[in-house]
Amino acid sequence: MFDQLSDRLQDTLSGVRSRGKLSEADVDRAMREIRLALLEADVNFKVVKQFTSQVRERCIGEGVLESLNPGQQVVKIVNEELASLMGGASRDIAFASSGPTVILMAGLQGSGKTTACAKLAKLLAKQGKKPALVACDTQRPAAVEQLVTMGQRAGVKVYEQGTSRDPTEIAEWALGQAKAAGEDVLIVDTAGRLHIDEELMDQLVAIRKRTKPHDVLLVLDAMTGQDAVNVAEEFASRVEFDGVVMTKLDGDARGGAALSVRAVTGKPILYASTGEKLDELERFHPERMASRILGMGDVMSLIEKAEEVSDEKQAEELQRKMRRQEFTLEDFLSQMKQVRKMGPLSSVLGMMPGMGKTMKQLREVNMDERELDRLEAIILSMTPAERARPDMIDGSRRKRIARGSGTTVQAVNQLVKQFGQMRKMMAQMASGKMPDPQQLLRGMR
Amino acid sequence: MPRSWSEAFDLGDGAAPPNARASAEEESEGRGVFRRLRESLSKSRQALQAELSSTLFDKLDDETWERLEEALILADVGAKTTADVVGRLEHEYEVGTVTDGEALRERLVELLAEVAASDDGRIDVSKRPTLLMIVGVNGTGKTTTIGKLAWHLKQELGLSVIVAAADTYRAAAIEQLEVWAERAGVEIVRGSPSGDPGAVVFDAISAAESRGIDVVIADTAGRLHTKTNLMEELAKVRRVAEKRLDGAPHESLIVIDATTGQNGLRQAQAFAQAVDLTGVVLTKLDGTAKGGIALAIASELDLPVKLIGVGEDLEDLRPFDAREFAAALLGD
Repeated sequence: MFDQLSDRLQDTLSGVRSRGKLSEADVDRAMREIRLALLEADVNFKVVKQFTSQVRERCIGEGVLESLNPGQQVVKIVNEELASLMGGASRDIAFASSGPTVILMAGLQGSGKTTACAKLAKLLAKQGKKPALVACDTQRPAAVEQLVTMGQRAGVKVYEQGTSRDPTEIAEWALGQAKAAGEDVLIVDTAGRLHIDEELMDQLVAIRKRTKPHDVLLVLDAMTGQDAVNVAEEFASRVEFDGVVMTKLDGDARGGAALSVRAVTGKPILYASTGEKLDELERFHPERMASRILGMGDVMSLIEKAEEVSDEKQAEELQRKMRRQEFTLEDFLSQMKQVRKMGPLSSVLGMMPGMGKTMKQLREVNMDERELDRLEAIILSMTPAERARPDMIDGSRRKRIARGSGTTVQAVNQLVKQFGQMRKMMAQMASGKMPDPQQLLRGMR
Repeated sequence: MPRSWSEAFDLGDGAAPPNARASAEEESEGRGVFRRLRESLSKSRQALQAELSSTLFDKLDDETWERLEEALILADVGAKTTADVVGRLEHEYEVGTVTDGEALRERLVELLAEVAASDDGRIDVSKRPTLLMIVGVNGTGKTTTIGKLAWHLKQELGLSVIVAAADTYRAAAIEQLEVWAERAGVEIVRGSPSGDPGAVVFDAISAAESRGIDVVIADTAGRLHTKTNLMEELAKVRRVAEKRLDGAPHESLIVIDATTGQNGLRQAQAFAQAVDLTGVVLTKLDGTAKGGIALAIASELDLPVKLIGVGEDLEDLRPFDAREFAAALLGD
């Protein structure tokens, strides 16, 4: 069962009475748990030390609120401090007032620069800009081809001159071309390089000098561990980057490197890359990252997305139904429609706090787009009565539904069974209890 | 003494392959390799490393243990494994097994090396053909490692190699492996882009059999271990290999980036479930990251590191040496 930080803290602080105050000893014990959680999340050791001593001051003497238990209280404070440390809402690219805006992308090998370049171009194009890419990674085999292919997919021009010319020359040439062609953004992809590679760091500085970028972005892999600080410090001192793009956030790395880099360089994280597809790049949200680092799941994303898509009344009604297990297949159908607007089901489910391990098992249910299509077809082949009371769907009805939806009786069976389990789970979640993943699994097999 | 290439591989009948170097040559080669290894591993690192100073072990007090923990955590060994190892060392100190600073340091390196090593850290290339499957999350250095490995198998062990371009997903992945195949002087089997990766492996095995090639190394697409459908696809590729060739894949190696934090353990766990891993290749050790997560992986999953990557060139691949790795963790 996923170990919620607040649960662990609550165990540690179980002696603290409600409406009492947190003593120094209480806070020290709590900070040990926080330290562990942050280290598990790959926040740099020194940053953790500094951060916990900061937070400690705030926690001591803090009155324990009635609405939260002491464990939750500490987590709330830590979350707030983390979010504030991560910085306010991310800023936009520093667009030029005239001529092309140059964005230089830099980072270690394998961090995801090339993909990030193409995604950023696509994102900016959607925002009405006219972006172009330039392939300055002349080092990695087929890097130019990769950028060219991705540029094509993104519908964006790629300037390249193969691998025989010096990247600094290529960058300068591309800038001239971009100006002439009236592009308003030029994104420069560079070779991955070690922060301690003198020659390549010099090269990066040279590219920077020649292209005078408006934004230099460090691309950082979310799974980076303690070394993130060294990388960031060195890149900051040699190349002076302006912001960070965090990649591979669709994994389950807690991403403590984000905090480390921010704490040590003060630079903001501008974008979060959440998948391999070209539209999977979004603005970075510090509070969400804070929750993720603490292992609390991306609470804000879920709430925000839900808010975007349904109105309050509907949501309330839904909650009520979920609690009372009155949730019907009709509701499920309309929710599914909304969920599809939200994004693939698994990523939405994944944002729910505490889902962790449960999520991993749930994902095995594998609700991808085609699956949703089938489910929709099955439900649409049901009568309203059947959707309201799936338990009444007997053998002959199943056959009819299977025929009508162009699926199989097994598929219909599976839906009805899974739905029953999902209803139970929703009821539990709506009443604040965490579902038992084992039971869930058994039901869903 | 670091392990030599022939020590790192199981060649089956024990007879030295025709093009392998004589053992005496290997010895001096070994020393040269060791020196180059240290150089490439320490390039400018001293400037940035928080080295555990040699004076740390002179005075043994509470601070010693704290600083030891700090050094290991900074090396990404992880809180749990660090606590285990330091705990054991503290105990030995308390019962008087180790008494002074020098012995303490020695014992620590020993303990760390014990955790890192395993019964048989050798790579099995004894079957004809042998299939090696290379897996891992995005960006860890799988394709580069394959290029290097193919070259070393040829140069050091005189084996013939085919590489299989079974990353049919990522843009220009096939072209990337083609460049490496050319550099290493080995043949490549490819399918169509966006084609079935299993089919590429299947074809590569057939090609190896018909042409009498010793080893097939299969590249696969990088994938996050959290993507169930992609992990299932990988399991499917493995099943294709199993059905096609007895005992295949003979080795499934996960490539882990040395800069990876605690997530590396999760990665190894998930991949091990999908494809039954036999070892780890730890890459990018030429940076400042120490790759301590490999220790946690060895300790929790009994999965040994077999090779390490120390740069972007063909030669930059070495057999794993537990003692050396342990000493480097402590900033040696």
